[in-house]
Amino acid sequence: MRTLPFLVISLVVAGLVFAGALAVGNDYIFFAGYVVLQYVVLSTAWNILGGYCGYVNFGTGAFFALGAYSTVAIYNLIGKSELPHVIPIPVLMLVGGIVSGIVGFGMGYLTLRLRGAFFSIATLALAVVLETLIVNWDYVGGSRGAYILRPENAPLIGSYVRYLFLTMLLLAVGSLVIARLIERSRLGYGMATIRDDELAAEASGVPTLRVKLIATTISGALMGMAGAPFPYYIGYLQPDSTFALDYAINAIAMPLIGGTSIWIGPLIGAILLDSLQQLITVTISSAVNLLIVGCLLVAFVILAPNGIVGLFQKYFRHKDDDFVGRRAVSLDEPGAVVPSDSSPESPA
Amino acid sequence: MSALLEVDNLSKRFGGFVALDNITLTVPAGERLGLIGPNGSGKSTLVNCICGTLRNEQGSVRFDGRPIDGMPAHKRTHLGLARSFQLPRPFPSMTLVDNVRIPRLYTVEARGVHRTVEEVDEHCHGLLREVGLEAKARQRPRDLTQVEMRKLELARAMAAEPKLLIADEAMAGLTHSEIDDILALLVRLNENGVTVILIEHIMSAVMSFSRRLVVLVSGRMIADGKPDEVMRNPEVEKAYLG
Amino acid sequence: MIFSFDLLMNAIVSGILIGGFYAAMASGVSLSFGILDIVNIAHPAFIILGSYAAYMMNHDFGLDPILTSIIMLPAFYALGAGIYQIYYVAFEKRGQESLRGLAFFFGLLFITEVTLVLYFGVDYRDVDASYIGPTLHLANIDIPLRIAVPCLVSLLLIAALQLLLVRSFIGRAIMAVAQDQLALRLMAVNPIRIKRIAFAISIATASIAGAFLIIIQPVEPSVGRDYIGRIFAICVLGGMGSLPGTVIAAMLIGVVESLTSTFYGPSWAPAVSFGFLLLTLAVRPAGLLGR
Repeated sequence: MRTLPFLVISLVVAGLVFAGALAVGNDYIFFAGYVVLQYVVLSTAWNILGGYCGYVNFGTGAFFALGAYSTVAIYNLIGKSELPHVIPIPVLMLVGGIVSGIVGFGMGYLTLRLRGAFFSIATLALAVVLETLIVNWDYVGGSRGAYILRPENAPLIGSYVRYLFLTMLLLAVGSLVIARLIERSRLGYGMATIRDDELAAEASGVPTLRVKLIATTISGALMGMAGAPFPYYIGYLQPDSTFALDYAINAIAMPLIGGTSIWIGPLIGAILLDSLQQLITVTISSAVNLLIVGCLLVAFVILAPNGIVGLFQKYFRHKDDDFVGRRAVSLDEPGAVVPSDSSPESPA
Repeated sequence: MSALLEVDNLSKRFGGFVALDNITLTVPAGERLGLIGPNGSGKSTLVNCICGTLRNEQGSVRFDGRPIDGMPAHKRTHLGLARSFQLPRPFPSMTLVDNVRIPRLYTVEARGVHRTVEEVDEHCHGLLREVGLEAKARQRPRDLTQVEMRKLELARAMAAEPKLLIADEAMAGLTHSEIDDILALLVRLNENGVTVILIEHIMSAVMSFSRRLVVLVSGRMIADGKPDEVMRNPEVEKAYLG
Repeated sequence: MIFSFDLLMNAIVSGILIGGFYAAMASGVSLSFGILDIVNIAHPAFIILGSYAAYMMNHDFGLDPILTSIIMLPAFYALGAGIYQIYYVAFEKRGQESLRGLAFFFGLLFITEVTLVLYFGVDYRDVDASYIGPTLHLANIDIPLRIAVPCLVSLLLIAALQLLLVRSFIGRAIMAVAQDQLALRLMAVNPIRIKRIAFAISIATASIAGAFLIIIQPVEPSVGRDYIGRIFAICVLGGMGSLPGTVIAAMLIGVVESLTSTFYGPSWAPAVSFGFLLLTLAVRPAGLLGR
């Protein structure tokens, strides 16, 4: 299916989701749903660098926090007395995205020449350096944290949390569309060669550094955009919980459990895993929640390395599972997207 | 007229170990060069340095008149330098067609040659046909035998439409008729204007293909000339027969 | 900040002492990452495990923590061997180490940490030992024994490890497996077994490092996270697998952290080791004494 129809269908689905949430009549669904959508964005973003290129980023929390703290900085800049929705959330997302994107680019430029393992360690290092810088920057509250006043309502939509949910919903759609677009394009194939064998990729003419930089920048930017509305969601922002490794493990576990090779994997992983986590946090405890994530992650990487998508691969595999097939096949053609195992086509 | 490839005093060390010692080599366009030497003599290291996979500490390389020192490997491929790996390195997650398509998408495109998706696809199938792998076009490298993987390596290198192709032990393990097929393929390539450097242990193949022979022993070039003369060189005899 | 020579000397000395302890923590990773190329980012979690083992023995039986850690060596060794076996079968053999292997260790980090939280809670725990209270006073320099003793024992530990690597057959096989597995096989030595032994040794060091940790500071489960970056920074800076390099790098980082903390405030200290790491990776990935 071409991108435009996919976008339209996704927006329709999103609309239905929003309408369904409204119909529930209880704002709790928006609070809970916001977190799920946030993780859809974070895991999709992580997967662009991790699943497609094979470079593991442990610094998800840092990029997320950068987005959040950009918002805090702007909030303080505008002055606490101004009505916050003079700066609408999408604008804050854009700013958060730009800041995180630039940092992602910078980090990539410094570290992507290194082997994958060093890159991953460097992302850890970066996360701590950033956290230390923020903690020591009093303008955004430092270690004391930052308070954000959430307005009561947003125009037309009702309670403010619905507005937050809606913007995150749109961001989730956007990130899925971007991921899918990348996956099917030449860029996505270039990323796959890097993941498969970077040396051979270079020898084949793939500009590996450039491709990796693009991935890091897009990935970082999306994470920053996911973080931008967070201060409004949570009201009180603390550096150690915002930068926490908890974001990293979720952003890694969700795509690995859902499936890293296709856009729908992180979506499935985020929805399932975050819903499970919210359930456990409410019924048992939040500590057990992280234990479950860790156990599921370990279990899946050992037993089902291709994730949930891998388990159902027949139904997700395209009929023509190669570059030409993905670009040329559209939903209109009869016989398209038919489950098949990779049997060779008869010679033309 | 300057040669296609000029290697000038190239040296490469790994810690204290000297892998290549002042290699100087000139390859004119259209040449059929054979590169031989005992195991560990530095042939693959030389290829890696020429192609940019490794950085040499000393010496310089010029390709098509331009100095390419410090240029990343992918740029060298764009300029027309292609190689196959001695131990095949296919992209395991992709079909054979896609494996061969990557150099087309990234190298040929980069030269400003625009072809439609269908044309590219046809070319890729054609390349696989030339090496006898078209029947497996939609399969993945894990379904291939070692020998078939070598052929895929060669097809992928050819897909980059190189001016200079370095075939690094592409024929190991092939039967006589398969060797003849690959040789015929390389000869055809050469007749179409591609300069070929053949690195091989199979002497019959090297002797029949090469118009010029270079011998590498312990990182040093000990002979460079016509195949029959080189093989009669006493130092070469010593290197091979001990 | 008033600059005084005494303050400077104290900061340097305490940096060196703490560095000795850091070296013990990083020695395990020098083995697993530096030599075997296994990115075990869960190593700090095993160190914390060691701390809690020491705590339990000290709390319930009054055993000296360092003694406990030595008694626990076989258990940690077995744990390391078991983990490597799983890692090898699930990832190394399949060629999946870079993504899934890494995620595996990350998962282990969390599992270990949260299990400790569930069992012990988030309160800080510490131990009692005769050398934890007193401080030596040499000239104007204070040397707290609770840091000096672990530092000393740590250096002994590392010296023993270095001896093992350089003199014993197993040790040299370990160094060899990093360079040429085929050659090892030709000598009828199973490289997988050697790697398993090496990894098991690396986890065993965590037992001892854990005892040091809880002697030096009170411990709660998430403390390990602070050390991940430090440990890898030391390993990389020290040249990836060079134990002497690890010691030098550890002390260097210890001193710079100490100076930063003393003259700029403790909230900047975490950035030091990571800043070092980033700098090293950018400038000289081979480290100070690297290959």
